[in-house]
Amino acid sequence: MALIQEVDYGTPLRKAEKSVTVTIDGEPVSVPAGTSVMAASMMMGTKIPKLCATDSLEPFGSCRLCLVEIEGRRGTPASCTTPVEDGMVVSTQTPRLAELRRGVMELYISDHPLDCLTCSANGDCELQDMAGAVGLREVRYGYEGENHLKAPKDESNPYFTFEDSKCIVCSRCVRACEEVQGTFALTIQGRGFDSRVSPGGMDFFGSECVSCGACVQACPTATLNEKSVIELGTPEHSVVTTCAYCGVGCSFKAEMKGSTVVRMVPYKDGKANEGHSCVKGRFAWGYATHRDRIKKPMVREKITDPWREVSWEEALTRAASEFKRLQAKYGRDAVGGITSSRCTNEETFLVQKLIRAGFGNNNVDTCARVCHSPTGYGLKTTLGTSAGTQDFASVADADVIVVIGANPTDGHPVFASRMKKRLREGARLIVIDPRRIDLVKSPHVEADFHLPLRPGTNVAMINALSHVIVTEGLVDEAYVRERCDLDDFESWARFIADERHSPEALESLTGVSAADVRGAARLFATGGNGAIYYGLGVTEHSQGSTMVMGMANLAMATGNIGHSGVGVNPLRGQNNVQGSCDMGSFPHEFSGYRHVSDDATRQMFEAFWGVPLNDEPGLRIPNMLDEAVAGTFKGLYIQGEDIAQSDPDTQHVTAGLMAMECVVIQDIFLNETAKYAHVFLPGSSFLEKDGTFTNAERRINRVRKVMAPLGGLADWEVTIALAGKLGFPMNYKHPGEIMDEIAKLTPTFAGVSYEKLDMLGSIQWPCNDDAPRGTPMMHVDRFVRGKGKFMITEFVPTEERTGPRFPLILTTGRILTQYNVGAQTRRTANSLWHEQDVLEIHPFDAESRGIVDGDLVALESRSGDISLRAEISERMQPGIVYTTFHHAKTGANVITTDYSDWATNCPEYKVTAVQVRRTNRPSDWQARFYEEDVALKRIETRFDAAE
Amino acid sequence: MSKPAQWDSVRASEIVMRERHWDGPALPILHALQEEFGYIHEEALPLVASALNLSRAEVHGILTFYHDFKWQPGGAHTLKICRAEACQSMGGAELADALLKRQSVMWGETTADGRLTIEAVYCLGLCACAPAALYDGEPVGRLCADTLDELVTEARGR
Repeated sequence: MALIQEVDYGTPLRKAEKSVTVTIDGEPVSVPAGTSVMAASMMMGTKIPKLCATDSLEPFGSCRLCLVEIEGRRGTPASCTTPVEDGMVVSTQTPRLAELRRGVMELYISDHPLDCLTCSANGDCELQDMAGAVGLREVRYGYEGENHLKAPKDESNPYFTFEDSKCIVCSRCVRACEEVQGTFALTIQGRGFDSRVSPGGMDFFGSECVSCGACVQACPTATLNEKSVIELGTPEHSVVTTCAYCGVGCSFKAEMKGSTVVRMVPYKDGKANEGHSCVKGRFAWGYATHRDRIKKPMVREKITDPWREVSWEEALTRAASEFKRLQAKYGRDAVGGITSSRCTNEETFLVQKLIRAGFGNNNVDTCARVCHSPTGYGLKTTLGTSAGTQDFASVADADVIVVIGANPTDGHPVFASRMKKRLREGARLIVIDPRRIDLVKSPHVEADFHLPLRPGTNVAMINALSHVIVTEGLVDEAYVRERCDLDDFESWARFIADERHSPEALESLTGVSAADVRGAARLFATGGNGAIYYGLGVTEHSQGSTMVMGMANLAMATGNIGHSGVGVNPLRGQNNVQGSCDMGSFPHEFSGYRHVSDDATRQMFEAFWGVPLNDEPGLRIPNMLDEAVAGTFKGLYIQGEDIAQSDPDTQHVTAGLMAMECVVIQDIFLNETAKYAHVFLPGSSFLEKDGTFTNAERRINRVRKVMAPLGGLADWEVTIALAGKLGFPMNYKHPGEIMDEIAKLTPTFAGVSYEKLDMLGSIQWPCNDDAPRGTPMMHVDRFVRGKGKFMITEFVPTEERTGPRFPLILTTGRILTQYNVGAQTRRTANSLWHEQDVLEIHPFDAESRGIVDGDLVALESRSGDISLRAEISERMQPGIVYTTFHHAKTGANVITTDYSDWATNCPEYKVTAVQVRRTNRPSDWQARFYEEDVALKRIETRFDAAE
Repeated sequence: MSKPAQWDSVRASEIVMRERHWDGPALPILHALQEEFGYIHEEALPLVASALNLSRAEVHGILTFYHDFKWQPGGAHTLKICRAEACQSMGGAELADALLKRQSVMWGETTADGRLTIEAVYCLGLCACAPAALYDGEPVGRLCADTLDELVTEARGR
C-alpha cells in the first residue's frame, strides 16, 4: 500500500457544453470552455509550477509562479487566471519563464526558515517541491534582511498549529475558509511587508474558526499543520474510508503509519463531501484508541456486581444460554435486539437476521425509532420511498432553500458549507425554527424569512404555508395533474383552503406573523427551484409523521420533486441511520422496507435462511421497555446504542433495563446502558472493520479496515459468533459476502457489490438492472409509488402542555463539536469547545427568575429534574429554553417525556413543558447518577487498570 | 478638532446604523467611528461585522490594511508629517527624525504626557509647500525646526 496522491488541477474543473482546443507545449488538448490554462495543462499531465493555486479554490493569481507564454500575447500571463481560448498556443517552459520563476522563488525563500530537515512538512511541502521544480540554487538577496522568522507560533487549537514564520501569504487558507467552509474566520492582516494571515487579530481557538480543517488542507507549507503529523511524522500509506459521525457520510483518506492513524484527510473523490470536512471527522477520531476502550469481554450475575473479564467463548456462551433460557421460560417473544446506526449495513443486517431467524421473533428495532422513523413513514406514504429525494450536489441548483427543524452548520456542517455556498451565490433562504440558528444570520448569509414558530406547531405552520399556495393560485397545476393522484389532491386542496388553516387564523398558535408566513409561501412557490431540508425538529414530535407528509404535500403542490435543485431532504443524524433502516431494522419490515406480513417476501427470506419467520411485527424499543416493566420482556441484545442516555424519559428506560434478566451490550465503551447489563461484548470502531455506511442521500460508501479490532473481533464477527452459540450458524468470511446476500434478498440493492463499489467509489440506491450505477435522484419521471399521494394533515396539538407549574417549553438539539451522546467526542479535545451541556434561556425569562449568565439552575418537567448552567441567549424566544444531550452526567433525557409520534412512536424530544429556577446543588437523579457511575461500572480483574 | 468622545457602544451602534446605507459602507463607518472616538475600539468590530453581515476577521482585515485607523486612543493632538519623495527632497526626513528624537518617540507614538501623537503620511498633495504636515487636520507647509517646535509647544503646553 502507498500514500494515495490526488491530482491537483490548480483551479476548479469547469463544466461546459462547449469544448475548446488549445496547444500546450506543442500538444493539442480539448477541454471544457472556461477551463484555466493551468488546469488544461494538468489534464494532459503537464504540471505548471504554482503556490497560490489549488483546485478547491477559485484562481487568485498572487504567487506569480505559474506564468506562461502565449503566442500573440504580450508579457507572461498567470496560467491560473487565464481561461483557455480556441487556437491558443501556450508554452509552459521557456528560458525566460525559468528565470522569472527562479526570481520569484528567491524572494519567497529569502524570508523563509531554512529548516527543511526538521520541518514537520518535510516531504509534504509544495514550497519545497517548487524550489526543486524551478531549480533554485541560490538566494541572491541573502537571509539577513528584514523577515518574519521570529513570528510567534499559535498552538491554541488542539488539533493544528499556525506557524506564522513559515507562511508565504498565498491566501489559500483565507480563501478556503471563505469559499469552501464559508466561515470567513481568516483574513490578511496589515499590508505590504506586514501582510500576515490572521484569525481576526486573536488566537485561533478564541476566534470565529470552527476547526473544519479546510485551511490546513489548503496550506502548501508547514504553516498550518496537524499536531498529529508534528508528533508522529508524515504517513506512509493511506486507505479511503467513510467517516463514522453524521449522516453526511464524508469520504476520508485514513493516512497511516503502520496501524497508527496519523491524520484523516478529506477525499476529493468522495461524492458526499468533495474534499471538505468538519471538526469531528477531520480531527476527532482519537476516541478510537482511547484508554476507555473495553477490549475484553465481561460478564456479571447482577448489575451491582463488578464486571469480570472473561474469554470470548465464555461471554458468548453465557449470552446465548441466557437468551435460550429466557425464551424457554418466558416464551419466544420475551427477548429481542436493537441494531445500531453507528455500525455497518452488513452488521446491522446480521443483527436483524439473528433476531428474526435465530430468536424466531421480530423484536428488532433501531435508533432511527427515535430520530427519522417518521421520515420513513411519511415519505413512503406520499412518495413511495423511505428516503430523501436528492443527492447533496442538488443544492447547487436550488433557488429557494427551506430549512425546517434542522441546524446544518452544527449538525451537518459539511453539507451546510455546500448550502452556504449556494446562498452566497444568491439563493434565497427560509428558516423555520424556534431558535435563531446560525443560518438565520451569519457572515454573508441571511435568511429572507425566519419563522420562529412555537415548538409543537410544525403542522399548523406547514398547513398555513400550503393554504397560501392553494388559495393564492400558486399551485403548479400541470405538475399535479401529470404526477399526482387527483382525487387525493382535490380533497387535500379543499381541506387546506379552509379558513382555519390561514396564516392569520394560526398566528396566535404558531406565534409567527401572518405576513411573514405569506411572504415565505409566495417566495417558495414563485422563487424557482424550491428545496426543503429538514431534521429532527420535524420528526421528533407527536405529529412528526404528519409534518413529513405536510412537507411532501407542499413540495408536490409546487412541483418541487423530481429534478435537480428541489426535493424533500431529511438531514439524517447518524452515519448509517439510512442504512440501518434500509437493512430491515424495524420490527415490521425486512430489508428494503417490505412488510413482514408480505408472504412473497417472507417466503423468500425463509427459503434463503432455512427457517420459518414470524409474520407479525415485533416490539418497538418503547414497547420492549414497557413490557419489561410489565414483566413479560426479559432479554435484550444491543449493538452500539446507548438507550439509557439517548432515549427519552431516562428513568423509564432504566427501569425497563433493570427489569430484564439478561442485557447484552456490544459497544466500544462501557456506556450508560451497560450499567444495567449482564454481558459486555467489546465492539470495534469504524477503523477496525470492513463494511458500508449509507448516508442521507442514499449513498452507499465503503468503510475499510485500517487496524485490527482492538478486542480481537469486528462487530460482524461477534454477531456471527453469538448466532453460532444460539444454534443458528452463519457463514461469512468477509462483509462482502454479507452484502452479496443483501443484494440477493433486496430489490433496491440488487446491483450492489463490493467490486462495483470499488469501481464506482459509491452507489446511491436503488441500484439494480434498471439503474446499474445507482440513482442520484428519486422520482424523476414518476413517483416510486406511481402517483404522488396528497395526505390530509390535520393539526392536533401535543398533549404536552405548558401551565402554571411548567410554563416554559424545552426543546433539545446538538452542537458542532459534540456528537450525539458524546461517547466519541467527549473522549477527544472537542470537549475544549463544549465541556458541559448548558440551558439556553432568553434574557426575559432569566431576569424574571433572577437568573444570571452561568448560574446553576434546576430544570424540571413532569418526568424529572436536573441541574445545569444557564446561558442567557437572544437566540431563544421568550418562553422557550434549549439544551443539548451530549453529556451523560447532565441527563437531558431525564426531563423529556414519553409522548411520541402517533404513527411511529418517534419520541417527542422537541417539546417538554418545564420550569426553571436557581439552585445550588445537583438534582437527586444526578446525585444518584454520580454514585451509580462508579458503583455500576466497576471492573473486577482489570490488569491494565494502572494508567 | 473637538476632543474625542469616550467609547460608548450604544453611540457606536447609532453611528454604524447611520452610515450603513452607503454603497461599500465599511470605510465610511470606520471613519465615522474614529472621528467620534478618536480610535476604533475593539468592541466596535463585532458591531460593524454584525451590521454588514461580515465576519469579525474581515473587519479586522479592513481595519489593519489602513494605517490611518487607530486601535488605541492617540494623544490630544496629532501631527502627521509627510515622508514622501518631494518632502524628503526638501529636508523633511531630517526634520522629522530630529523631532522624533527630541520628543523621544517613534513614528506612530504618543508623547509621555499624552499630548501629541506623531504619525507618518505619504504625500498630502502639498508638494509645492514641502516639507508639509497636517496638524489636527489642518495643513502646515514649509516646515522648519522652529515651526515644528511651535506646534509641539502648542500641543504640549510649554
